[in-house]
Amino acid sequence: MSEKIYPTEGFKCWEKAKELRLKYYKNYATAHEKGGIRWSGGAASLDCVPLGLGDDVYSLTGEPYGASVAYNKEFAKLCHDAVEARGYARDLCAYMRNYWGSVLLDIYAFGGKFPKPDFMWQLHICCSHTKWYQEASRIEGGIPYFSIDWGAGPYFVWDEEKGDFLPKPEEHRINYIAEQIYRGIEWLEKTTGRKFDDEKFIEAAKNYFESTSLWAEICCLNQAVPAPIDEKTMFSFYVFAALDKSRREVVDFYKELRDEMKDRVDRGIAALANERTRVMTDIQPPWGFLEIFRYMEKYGIVSIGSFYTFTLMGHWEVDEEGNLKPRTTPMEKGIELKTRDDAVRAVAEWCLGLPMAQIFYGHKFKSHWMKKIFKQWKCDGAIIHFNRGCEGLSLGVAENYLAFLEAGIPTVYYEGNMGDEREFDVATVKGQIDAFVERLGLKD
Amino acid sequence: MFGTFKEWYENRHDYARDLKRRTDCKVMGYFCTYTPEEILYAFDIVPVRILGAHDPQSFGVASPYIFGMYCPFCRDVLAQAVLKKYDYLDGIFIGQSCIHVRQSFWSWEHHFNPGFSYYLPAPMNVVDKSTSLPFFVKELEKCIAALEDWTGKKITDSDLQRGIEIVNNDRKLMKKVYEYRKMDNPKVTGLESLYLVVSSQMTDKREHASEIEKILPSLEERTMDRECGVRLMTTGSENDDVEFLKLIENESVIPATVVVEDHCTGTRYFWDEVEPEDDPVLSIAKRYLKRTPCPSRDWAPERYRFKRILEFAKDYNVQGAIVVQQKFCDPHEIDIPALKKFLEDNGVKTYFLELDITVPKGQFKIRLEAFLETFTAESLFEDLDEELL
Repeated sequence: MSEKIYPTEGFKCWEKAKELRLKYYKNYATAHEKGGIRWSGGAASLDCVPLGLGDDVYSLTGEPYGASVAYNKEFAKLCHDAVEARGYARDLCAYMRNYWGSVLLDIYAFGGKFPKPDFMWQLHICCSHTKWYQEASRIEGGIPYFSIDWGAGPYFVWDEEKGDFLPKPEEHRINYIAEQIYRGIEWLEKTTGRKFDDEKFIEAAKNYFESTSLWAEICCLNQAVPAPIDEKTMFSFYVFAALDKSRREVVDFYKELRDEMKDRVDRGIAALANERTRVMTDIQPPWGFLEIFRYMEKYGIVSIGSFYTFTLMGHWEVDEEGNLKPRTTPMEKGIELKTRDDAVRAVAEWCLGLPMAQIFYGHKFKSHWMKKIFKQWKCDGAIIHFNRGCEGLSLGVAENYLAFLEAGIPTVYYEGNMGDEREFDVATVKGQIDAFVERLGLKD
Repeated sequence: MFGTFKEWYENRHDYARDLKRRTDCKVMGYFCTYTPEEILYAFDIVPVRILGAHDPQSFGVASPYIFGMYCPFCRDVLAQAVLKKYDYLDGIFIGQSCIHVRQSFWSWEHHFNPGFSYYLPAPMNVVDKSTSLPFFVKELEKCIAALEDWTGKKITDSDLQRGIEIVNNDRKLMKKVYEYRKMDNPKVTGLESLYLVVSSQMTDKREHASEIEKILPSLEERTMDRECGVRLMTTGSENDDVEFLKLIENESVIPATVVVEDHCTGTRYFWDEVEPEDDPVLSIAKRYLKRTPCPSRDWAPERYRFKRILEFAKDYNVQGAIVVQQKFCDPHEIDIPALKKFLEDNGVKTYFLELDITVPKGQFKIRLEAFLETFTAESLFEDLDEELL
């Protein structure tokens, strides 16, 4: 065990975060009681668009919901059994199976029966994205769904001269997303019978830009030594951008969190009192076994975050020196968003520039950015998850591992599943961590 | 009769090397049937589809580059690069595919790049063509520009029309052969069809078409010395597994014939033609958005592919469908429960088999024959005395 050298304290906004999260799931479940609308869809869905129908439109984003189910291993098992009994393969996306299982069992992970959505609203880049809701719609008796194809090609392109991936937005790709958003607005009006309010949409779009850039700002503060936040705690905060990124409450919460992070950095407050080694991870953790992060702590290892926690929802850009920094929002650039057209185009370009979306156009981008994170966040090693539960974010994982090995970065990988406890062996993974710790020279 | 197609299928690399020697053409390896071959032909580039070798002893060589929960097919494809089986390629190309095959492409590009590679973001949204068509046209124009840069050759609309004609002609001819599968005792087996279609993905289509033209007259006269038996369809992921077809058609104790199939190595690949218009790029774009979609982009509530499968089932008088799935192929896995129900509701019995790159013959034979017996149950009682029944 390593010595305690840094002061620690709990997050002041922790309770607020818990309340906000529960309120999110409750709002969705009770939306109809207040005359509201509820929809389900992916975490990346352009939720600012349905918010143009009104403030009483509530979402249930499937991936965080699936992760919540996974945290409750007993319930997750019931969900998997229900799905497999209907003939679905057990190697499908674990979040999707957790969601479908909840539907089939008619059990909502946050209490009561599963609240059927009024419609489904998706943004598609992984093969499972639209298929998830296509099939959920069938299971739930034909709920209308709409999906926007996000697979319009890379936004960041390798620049030989700079030796870096730089943004190269292309007009026809922005137009493609924009045109689909216009169709989506028509579809929403037709499906819900509500009139679309451009002002509400514009406000929601601004929140989307702000919250996702703010999250990057929060992550940047974790470059401090000692790290003011560990990744396990980060999971509890990053999720708001995956739940409700276009709602003002999330922007306000992230501002509060950012200020608290700044304060912790100023006062030298650590996530881990005995921090002596910093690691990064890559993609989703095994949600039912977050204890592996606590297990590392006894050796003084803090995970400062990952490509996943930073960029699943966080928007970033690269400065002149090649460092990652929060993406400049259209508002910060002085772009005025006055009309529906202004907002649609801004949203289209913003979503194309999500770093996580770039992994669908090759592994080199992710390897490159992971190395940036490694250096900029002062890491000593990396832990890579070969995640059987997510084919999408596992894209390129073996290549990322090779890239780290080639770069001489101490790296360990483990195989598991983010949402299916049957495919995770905690004892083996702890053994792998032990071996990694020895390699890092941390064994006392 | 189908010997040449079989020869091309089995000796695909020899064919391609020989073709290059004979014609000095460029050969482009492609990874998914969303590759617009018409455009490549406009440049006098011969596209050849990169497929696996079904060799369990060697396909593990791809393991360092690709996660083991990605489908065996895409890992087998990548293994061919590691094994240098396609060392004659001048370039590699992919029309945006499922993400598994994409990874084969990216790793191939990274470690085994023949000198030119192109990723075409073909739209996944084929439901709302009003948005995806203009986008796709622009991407095809970009692609043409990249090929012009690479080859140093500017192409014209008439080059594109020629490319369309080459590919369409082969499609039309293959459809003529397929007519013979509709017959009560089909004159073409499922295995022969596999050789026919898959070899069209591996050869110069002009030579392929010419070979079809050669066999068509004798096909008319052909008499089959085999019983048709149960009329089957296979549907699902990529399937170029010869052993699997042999098992169904040659090795089962209950006769059966695969009379039609829905795979990207079958009808999904070639059935839809480009409908020529003044603007060839537009007409090519329309074809790829209109073709029977791969499940990864079949987003419509009713699923376009299902409708097409049922049409085939009716046209070819199919009794049962074997729903084959490449292990870990998520888009197909998601569709399978709905597809089975759809076909059963429409009177087509189904049976599910999960394929790896190899076929567990003993196990599959038992399962397959159990399925085939369900079609022949009545004949078990034919010889029994009425009174006994």
